[in-house]
Amino acid sequence: MELKSNAPTGPIETRWDRHRFGMKLVNPANKRKYKVIVVGTGLAGASAAATLAELGYNVDAFCYQDSPRRAHSIAAQGGINAAKNYQNDGDSIYRLFYDTVKGGDFRARESNVYRLAQISVQIIDQCVAQGVPFAREYSGLLDNRSFGGSQVSRTFYARGQTGQQLLLGAYQALEKMIDAGGVKMFPRREMLDLIVVDGRARGIVTRNMVDGTMEIHMADAVCLATGGYGNVFYLSTNAKGCNVTASWRAHRRGALFANPCYTQIHPTCIPVHGDYQSKLTLMSESLRNDGRVWVPKNKDDVGKKPGSIPEEDRDYYLERMYPSFGNLAPRDISSRGAKTVCDEGRGVGPGGLGVYLDFADAIKRVGKAKIAERYGNLFEMYEQITAENPYEVPMRIYPAVHYTMGGLWVDYNLQSTIPGLFVLGEANFSDHGANRLGASALMQGLADGYFVIPATIGNYLASEGGGKLYEKRPGVDHAEAIKVRDEVSARLDKLLHSKKPTRTPASFHRELGKLLWDNCGMGRTAKRLEAALARIPALRQEFWDTILVPGTGEELNQTLEHAGRVADFLEFAELLCKDALHREESCGGHFREEHQVEEGPEKGEAQRNDELFQYVAAWEWKGADAPQVLHKEALDFEHVKPSQRSYK
Amino acid sequence: MAGDAKTMNLRLHVWRQTSVKDEGRFEEYAAKGVSPGMSFLEMLDVVNEELITTGKQPLAFDHDCREGICGACGVMINGNAHGPQGATTTCQLHMRSFSDGDELWIEPWRARAFPVLRDLMVDRSAFDRIIAAGGYASVRTGSARDANEILIPKQNADSAMDAAACIGCAACVAACPNASAALFTAAKVTHLAELPQGQPERMRRVVRMVDQMDIEGFGHCTNHRECEAACPKQISVAVIAQMNRDYLRAKLIAPADNENAGSGG
Repeated sequence: MELKSNAPTGPIETRWDRHRFGMKLVNPANKRKYKVIVVGTGLAGASAAATLAELGYNVDAFCYQDSPRRAHSIAAQGGINAAKNYQNDGDSIYRLFYDTVKGGDFRARESNVYRLAQISVQIIDQCVAQGVPFAREYSGLLDNRSFGGSQVSRTFYARGQTGQQLLLGAYQALEKMIDAGGVKMFPRREMLDLIVVDGRARGIVTRNMVDGTMEIHMADAVCLATGGYGNVFYLSTNAKGCNVTASWRAHRRGALFANPCYTQIHPTCIPVHGDYQSKLTLMSESLRNDGRVWVPKNKDDVGKKPGSIPEEDRDYYLERMYPSFGNLAPRDISSRGAKTVCDEGRGVGPGGLGVYLDFADAIKRVGKAKIAERYGNLFEMYEQITAENPYEVPMRIYPAVHYTMGGLWVDYNLQSTIPGLFVLGEANFSDHGANRLGASALMQGLADGYFVIPATIGNYLASEGGGKLYEKRPGVDHAEAIKVRDEVSARLDKLLHSKKPTRTPASFHRELGKLLWDNCGMGRTAKRLEAALARIPALRQEFWDTILVPGTGEELNQTLEHAGRVADFLEFAELLCKDALHREESCGGHFREEHQVEEGPEKGEAQRNDELFQYVAAWEWKGADAPQVLHKEALDFEHVKPSQRSYK
Repeated sequence: MAGDAKTMNLRLHVWRQTSVKDEGRFEEYAAKGVSPGMSFLEMLDVVNEELITTGKQPLAFDHDCREGICGACGVMINGNAHGPQGATTTCQLHMRSFSDGDELWIEPWRARAFPVLRDLMVDRSAFDRIIAAGGYASVRTGSARDANEILIPKQNADSAMDAAACIGCAACVAACPNASAALFTAAKVTHLAELPQGQPERMRRVVRMVDQMDIEGFGHCTNHRECEAACPKQISVAVIAQMNRDYLRAKLIAPADNENAGSGG
């Protein structure tokens, strides 16, 4: 299989414009004949569904939550980047492009990233027009702040709830189109498989989570906007329901899965505090604008009250190691810094897995009121969880799984290797390379949904099947649709009736998560990855032999939902480790301990191997009993020449 | 958090109901060895793990982000929506708010407009329909002008944000003796009324949204202010005054606006 990125060539500034002009259009009268399925209603899905309906397509939208307003984009705190240069501090589309390619450790497609930077500007306009209440200055103009991995202030924000406000904007646009009849909304539905007919994505099988009904939905194209796979680690900052099932089922039907080993560990989360813990809570990276990260210089001081440790006995290690970026070093680098000092025995709090994030200096500088205005809700959240007041004692933070850069492989049009299957937002692999910069996820989700897919899906619909795909749309009684649905039902049945039902889905999920965190987490080695790869198939077997799910499939059954997701995580985990093992280099979120810079000022930093690994690794499913096959899409860097990433 | 060594035992009376058609009843469970650092939902997780391993149906409850922002979770705990602590969602409520030996009555939101789907889960789709009736500023993707061409005084942007912080959890309805959705509806009305972008459809919006609220079967606001006390995002009842004012104006003074404004959307 040859991977054709379909990325345009020529001057990078005009690639997207020229590409758009070259695409076929569907005439307004014909748009209403087409039906498009959108799965997921986060930033990417909701904005896509609303915009496609506005254009005149019939959209069926699906989410597992009770309302499309609750998708996990809502939890994004810090902000959204855009190259507006409203601060006149030297920002430009080119700089955002440059920062993103470099921040991604030279593992993303230049054409995609440039387009993202271009569209960022329109996103802010769109969201403001919708009434998103971004922070303002007294002049009435929009306010900005700076974020990790950048030396300009290009981040737009709505207190610590930017994701919520952007999602509500997209959700309201979606509800408007539901009211207008353009979108049919199916909440509390879980996509359990993809239906491919004559080589094209034609529909999905969903389970109605209220009564267990298995449903078939057919259309002319399918868009997946189903988020990332961070929950494969069990403990992550993702919502409890986030899962890999939709992507994984599409992968098993022929969509290649790209770069699964690129997982982002966010540096500022509240540390783990008990075995019962169900998830980790992020503290926005924006806190690093004013908070200073430190641990005691001496191991003997770790148990002492932080206030009693004098200035000269503190190690502000990010400021020491990265003087020019300091506490705003990119996420992967900050996370590894925390791991290093904790591994040295200088971590603070229970288990020694924590570092201080201290606001004392900032409070002295700008006053408590100003800090409260900037971060009030985050401080409250921290206090609710930990019963400690961060205005008085430093926060304790530790890295946690947060975002996944890998995802289904897509071309420049966001189309996967299955014609008619498009993948948007975190679910695709396309824009962040091996590491995502802060405040770029919201940007990508909305770019894909509002601006990219509405253009590219039209080209697909107008070109395929003689521009009359709708005439040949298979019905819900098509043999292939029935076959897929029956396979899904059989699988659910297996979950409900294992041989020796004794273990809960949560217990398997926890075990798998720990296995991955220990062996495929912040630092990876061939030896540990091999150990994980040896254990996963056995764990999977144990799962299918002993999984315990009470109740039936014909009712609301949350245990059954969880079991299905864990089953897919158990398959996906193997590919994640396999990809991590094959990539014999360190880049971005993928740190192989065997590959670090050995000497000089960059000692201990990630060592890429551009000669051998400057490619996208896209894996093809070959059946449950055969190993996946690796395909490579070579990456070219015409504009941002690969270099050792330095934030010193 | 660090010193949470002492654990507690609690008695739970939980509402069990198999489906919309079932009548429902309280059943009693023991929550043992509860650590004060646990969240309320983690405590329910532990109870559920035990129920599942003994082959029983676990307690069904809605939850997702578990960081107080998605609005999915929410139960009545001893008659308080989201429990005893103010400005807190159920997922952010921690067991240190309770004491050893406490007896907790845990129920779903109760309102005619929210049928109980199972145990502690209710159908809140009425809220989506209220937003669909007008809770937006119509803007076609791609047609927006430069963001800084719309100047918004900081105080307006801030008060719009105060109202927009609503997470749609529906605690306001559950807390209200009339099961009114006034706080929820008014929060969206006020968010958009505070901003220039919300003006063209302002009159039409408030009429449609309030009418939809009535159609869904929510009660009327009679100023009990229980909603404000229960709201995890501390949305002020001042938004209800704003909504009532706009509604009256739309109905009495500007009926023409209400017919015509925003008809392009």
